[in-house]
Amino acid sequence: MRTFLALCCFAVAGVAFADDPTFEIAIRDHRFVPQEITVPAGQKIKLIVKNEDATAEEFESKRLNREKVIPGRSQATIYIGPLKPGEYPFVGEFNESTATGKIVVK
Amino acid sequence: MFATAIIVFRETLEAALIASIVLAATRGLTGRRRWIGGGIAAGVAGALVIAALTELIAGALQGIGQELFNASILIAAVAMLAWHHLWMAVHGRALASRLRRLSDSVRQGGATIAALSIAVSLAVLREGAETVLFIQGIATSEPLRNVLAGLALGAAGGAALGALLYLGLVHVPVKHFFKLTGWMIVALAAGLAAQAARFLEQANVLPPIVPELWDTSSILSEASLPGQLLHVLVGYTSTPSGLQFACYAATALGLIVASRWRSAAAAGRPPQAHAI
Repeated sequence: MRTFLALCCFAVAGVAFADDPTFEIAIRDHRFVPQEITVPAGQKIKLIVKNEDATAEEFESKRLNREKVIPGRSQATIYIGPLKPGEYPFVGEFNESTATGKIVVK
Repeated sequence: MFATAIIVFRETLEAALIASIVLAATRGLTGRRRWIGGGIAAGVAGALVIAALTELIAGALQGIGQELFNASILIAAVAMLAWHHLWMAVHGRALASRLRRLSDSVRQGGATIAALSIAVSLAVLREGAETVLFIQGIATSEPLRNVLAGLALGAAGGAALGALLYLGLVHVPVKHFFKLTGWMIVALAAGLAAQAARFLEQANVLPPIVPELWDTSSILSEASLPGQLLHVLVGYTSTPSGLQFACYAATALGLIVASRWRSAAAAGRPPQAHAI
């Protein structure tokens, strides 16, 4: 626990204000727009997900190891990577039949 | 209705399994059902409040409020489980030998049972708030009857799996019982610590160290039922980061070493007046 806390302090000081490449995805009628985005490999990415629907959605990707609830008509920031080249699918867990997409890393 | 049930089931599962492990681990302590039941009820009430405040929490602290909130809840739960585990290191043997002779409640649990009750209520609160948001959303497009049926079915499914786990655990011979629940508590705590680490990474508060240590998603998908069960029970993650792995290992090793040390120290001391 002590190591963990020490790590926290170190990290807050080190990385919180870095200027990372930013990408945007919208959620509209329980679909991601666009459904596919291409991002550079080997870099931390700031992903902004704008939920334009009135209802909440949960952005989830097992491959990216991320999940975040996004309330209706609001936006969320999710940091991912640095990633290796490949395809990283994600879903909107609350509407999995329509809300699917993927991040292509090149 | 079934789509609703599946999502509710998924959200309920973690809380249900944690509640049943805790209920098993508090065997032999008086008032445990009341305490754990109270923890679940408090968690449900808290979930309704948190769901109502989601927007406020998500928008707080430059948009990383939700991650910091979740990470704090998880770290608090880890602390409660750790407290119990270290308490058992001193009192476990006496509890087990007493349990062998008597089947019912034999001892005041005091602070440790309260700690576990808090751990359960935090698990219910976190997963419950997500369920509430999901139900609110689906209720705008589906007939209420279907939504409620899906909610009931999914929650019953989660509770049934929790009950199965509990029934399986109480059939373990008393000799090995607390050793087993002790290991389960350690694995659970380590898994929750790794989840907390992931939220802090996602918020860019902590670096992942290594973004993806390995990828076992082709062997065991986290979306599958066995994958989900292992995720809750032992913290299985198909693509863990270096930070998650480090937090998992530090929590598990820390608990194992501290509990051995406490147990040895207690064995060297004469029994206390209030001990069994």
